[in-house]
Amino acid sequence: MQRHLISAADLTRDDAVHVLDTAEEMARVADRPIKKLPTLRGRTIVNLFFEDSTRTRISFEAAEKRLSADVINFTAKGSSVSKGESLKDTAQTLEAMGVDAVVIRHGASGAPYRLATSGWIDAAVINAGDGTHQHPTQALLDAFTMRRRLVGRDAGLGQDLSGRRITLVGDVLHSRVARSNVDLLHTLGAQVTLVAPPTLVPVGVETWPCEVSYDLDSTLPKSDAVMMLRVQRERMNAAFFPTEREYSRRYGLDGERMARMPEHAIVMHPGPMVRGMEITAEVADSDRCTVVEQVTNGVSIRMAVLYLLLGGNEPAVAHARTTEEK
Amino acid sequence: MSKILIRGARVLGGEPQDVLIDGEVVEAVGSGLSAEGAEVVEADGKVLLPGLVDLHTHLREPGREDSETVLTGTRAAASGGFTAVFAMANTFPVADTAGVVEQVWRLGREHGYCDVQPIGAVTVGLEGRKLAELGAMHESAAGVTVFSDDGKCVDDAVMMRRALEYVKAFGGVVAQHAQEPRLTEGAQMNEGIVSAELGLGGWPAVAEESIIARDVLLAEHVGSRVHICHLSTAGSVEIVRWAKSRGIDVTAEVTPHHLLLTDELVRSYDPVYKVNPPLRTERDVHALREALADGTIDIVATDHAPHPHEDKDCEWAAAAMGMVGLETALSVVQETMVETGLLDWAGVADRMSQAPARIGRAEGHGRPVSAGEPANLTLVDTAYRGSVDPAGFASRSRNTPYAGRELPGRVTHTWLRGKATLVDGKLT
Repeated sequence: MQRHLISAADLTRDDAVHVLDTAEEMARVADRPIKKLPTLRGRTIVNLFFEDSTRTRISFEAAEKRLSADVINFTAKGSSVSKGESLKDTAQTLEAMGVDAVVIRHGASGAPYRLATSGWIDAAVINAGDGTHQHPTQALLDAFTMRRRLVGRDAGLGQDLSGRRITLVGDVLHSRVARSNVDLLHTLGAQVTLVAPPTLVPVGVETWPCEVSYDLDSTLPKSDAVMMLRVQRERMNAAFFPTEREYSRRYGLDGERMARMPEHAIVMHPGPMVRGMEITAEVADSDRCTVVEQVTNGVSIRMAVLYLLLGGNEPAVAHARTTEEK
Repeated sequence: MSKILIRGARVLGGEPQDVLIDGEVVEAVGSGLSAEGAEVVEADGKVLLPGLVDLHTHLREPGREDSETVLTGTRAAASGGFTAVFAMANTFPVADTAGVVEQVWRLGREHGYCDVQPIGAVTVGLEGRKLAELGAMHESAAGVTVFSDDGKCVDDAVMMRRALEYVKAFGGVVAQHAQEPRLTEGAQMNEGIVSAELGLGGWPAVAEESIIARDVLLAEHVGSRVHICHLSTAGSVEIVRWAKSRGIDVTAEVTPHHLLLTDELVRSYDPVYKVNPPLRTERDVHALREALADGTIDIVATDHAPHPHEDKDCEWAAAAMGMVGLETALSVVQETMVETGLLDWAGVADRMSQAPARIGRAEGHGRPVSAGEPANLTLVDTAYRGSVDPAGFASRSRNTPYAGRELPGRVTHTWLRGKATLVDGKLT
């Protein structure tokens, strides 16, 4: 692993599989009565959130606490940032307080990259979502969920997603989740298809390692997993699509459409869902939908990432099954 | 005034000759001229050009003196071999009245490093709603002939038409910043392969090309001349080429950075590469070089855009757009046009001095290097190679995309009407 986690594209196949395997070890901790490891005792991690994102922040916080790190939460609202402080000054101020790692969520694409490469700070930087660029821990937790469901919890160890057919549906243009998933799933050997109205596919997508389709119905029978992306209602005001109803009819996943998927295929969503827009309640609440699992898996993945970036050489979990370090 | 003998200079890149300056004018050009009573500058095979003219400079004064002033900007200009610069109107207050343009013009005269020819705003406050008093600015001491809302596009077709028509009365020209505003809302970089990966808002080529297409047709319809600022795409080149073939009175400029850099650099998320119009693709760069060589693009203009450090030392989206360019322009042109064989030095003199002086009607600039002409001259050591060190800039700002990059050529001397403003690379 590198010192920072900025983009899913920075991970090699072996890096990614190592994170997934480590996350399986972390997941076992959650099954214990005491869900805590001493691994990062004495290390300080700041969750630097310039954008509201309760679920991602809480997930990181849970992961950090389970590894016994000291956690500082920083949200831009009401802080010095709202008084005009720059990203550089904010980061340097926090580092001066002795921070070992910065988990950053920022509305500007590239902000975590700048933080990691501009020489402003020395701490490890973990991207918790930047603009419409990347959200690598989301892609990792999605891959983790797919591997568990499609390959198996134990059978999956050491495995990637070779040959699996993954379909992402929705607002690709504005989605960091889509970008991260395309990169990581390709690295893990999966075949990715993006489905969206042409207005929500970026110009320049032709170089991405995936297929693009405008037709959901023809793609569903060839999918092992279908990931629905959130579509903001405001997009229709900028003429990305005519109405909410038309979007739902053409690109929403309802029970009828779900029935066209292979029996083993799963439905995923990074949340928060807009029920009635991209997904119906029937689908969201079905057994095939992994939304809640994804949340659980998110904590394990973030524990694995933090451990691998900060934990050094000690085994994460005593008597762990895979303790070999590279 | 004293005499200066420039000995052994390759005038416009030709055979070495001597050039004798007497007072404000060139007295003689020839071989073996007498050095009697003259200070001698050994040119030693350096190239002598007419003083460079920049049709597109942001001097920031009044209003943003933290990034540049008329003094620091004209010192940067002299350092880069320029003897005249056209100062854009997007200052605070906007240069939309005779008072503001006269102030800028006078500051240039007082400092004496470089003639400053103010550009007047087309519309009041650059807001696109009401024509500024173009005639009053023309009649002022500043004698404005070039009008531009640069930084903003005159996007209203009727406003553009009226401006084009109105300035015909006094031989003015409208310089258009071609950017369709609706197509570029939230735009952060060129729209294409790189923007798709980086998740940065796209600035599509069509937003520039559609405005240029409209404006050349408007210029044809009303029989006016129009100038296109910082043309940046291969498609824009095709439109201007077509317009010229139809006899439409259009001229166009390209910046040094669009001749050299591409949007691949944005992968660093370093805002030093953030500029408007944005860096485009390799294909565009090649089309722009070809167009400058064949005359479709008439001139190189720097779009020198100084910004304080804090406006670039931040995340991409928060950063200001623009790059400084006066002190590196000639080197970039040498690298991209001369060393590639696309232009000779006479061609450089045309694109960076004669043609911009003609478009902007800058009297006494862009003249031949011959007896009786004003001694506005630039001496270039074309054999020099060195890496760009922003710490050595005369500009108040350091936002150059070339820091640490090796570029050829160095201006060693600049003369403004016979007075040296730069000697051996040092400002006087």
